[in-house]
Amino acid sequence: MKVTIDPDKCQGHGRCFGGAPDLFDSDDLGQGIVIGDGTVPAGLEEAARLAQANCPEYAIEITE
Amino acid sequence: MTISKPPVEDFATDFDHTDPEWVANPFPIWDELRETCPVAHTERYGGAWLPTRYEDVSAIAHDTEHFTSRTVVIGNGRPGDDAPPAPMGVAPPISSDPPFHAIARRLMQPAFSPKSIEPYNEFTRNLCRRLLAPFSDASQIDISADYAEHIPTLVIAHMIGFPPEDEALFREFVHVVLEAVDAPIEERIEMFEPIRIYFEQQIMDHIENPRDDLTDFLLNAEIAGQKLAPEHVFGTMVLLIVAGIDTTWSAIGSSLWYLAQHPDEAERLRHDPELMSLAIEEFLRAFAPVNMARLVKEDFDFNGCPMKKDDWILLSFPAANRDPEVFEDADKVIIDRKVNRHAAFGLGIHRCLGSNLARMEMRIAIEEFLAHFSSFSLADPSDVVWSQGQVRGVRKAVVNIS
Repeated sequence: MKVTIDPDKCQGHGRCFGGAPDLFDSDDLGQGIVIGDGTVPAGLEEAARLAQANCPEYAIEITE
Repeated sequence: MTISKPPVEDFATDFDHTDPEWVANPFPIWDELRETCPVAHTERYGGAWLPTRYEDVSAIAHDTEHFTSRTVVIGNGRPGDDAPPAPMGVAPPISSDPPFHAIARRLMQPAFSPKSIEPYNEFTRNLCRRLLAPFSDASQIDISADYAEHIPTLVIAHMIGFPPEDEALFREFVHVVLEAVDAPIEERIEMFEPIRIYFEQQIMDHIENPRDDLTDFLLNAEIAGQKLAPEHVFGTMVLLIVAGIDTTWSAIGSSLWYLAQHPDEAERLRHDPELMSLAIEEFLRAFAPVNMARLVKEDFDFNGCPMKKDDWILLSFPAANRDPEVFEDADKVIIDRKVNRHAAFGLGIHRCLGSNLARMEMRIAIEEFLAHFSSFSLADPSDVVWSQGQVRGVRKAVVNIS
């Protein structure tokens, strides 16, 4: 499983890095970024799905 | 002085967000409109529309082609000849439209990123403890007047380097900008005058005595190699004070007001600190304080609503957050709600710049209140005062403490 953030959609709500800090971080502007290449370590799939479900701008994509 | 207005008989055709029924409890009004209307209209304020479905609120928030943010507080006037011209608006970036908006916003974003906010955690925690200390042996505390109203006021004063002893003045500014919306336009201009003078004095003091705070940051900031226009600096300062105070004050107050009626939930939060993040998002959803506004740019048909140029839109993120199409059990407060795509901080390009700061203040304020009082309950549920206008929050709620 892999997560990506569409930077054109992200408005920096922080729901991803707030709710799943092992998968997401924030940049200097406070916009969401994925940690590493976005590969979701085993056990964090639910956290990734919740981050996607909670993003107000529908900016998070998950590929399985 | 406010003009006395007839009470609202029908919120679908004559809504008013300052009506006492709305101020006391807007949720049933929004629920009914959402099911039956769903975009309400009023001739008040020179004409305004109120979408109540999440989908419609989202569509308008994302549509900067048909709707302008030139002013975001509904009043009896429209931005006149004395207002700074578009695209900046009176309080950039909240009042700016594309493409200037992105420039003004990008300038401010680093100062409000999570990593920039973190250094204020300790200041905020010490402040909360200092506010609560005198109540250790007391039997009652007003969660608004004794606690919530001071927290964001003193944090933002600290961040921008304004004297903390002027905090009551800042709340008065907020009242003038956000609550005194019924006053005639001439009277409002008069009410703004002391605000303008105060800010000019503070800005002059920063020019003469430079220091490391947000005011100096703005004074030194540049766009394309040029210092910001004085009205840009002034407008953003006003925005930081106004948007930084009663929003978070309201969110803290509503959260504690809820917990004061649900001691079992307060107890859960005391024993399971992990729950706090979910609870804060749920308080933000259920008691979202902020309704924004837009103006219609040109005559435009929105889902069958014949919107006219300069009609207001009351952009109710709180109403969107209660839409059962988007939220399961939308009318229930579920502090461990996991799926919660709420819009408390807005949608689209104007996402609340201070959202990271607001969450930090909410978390610390609630944590400290829960830690200080082993139990607390609302003294008299009928004696709770809510703010009037686009920002909704508790202005008086006395709780019994032990």
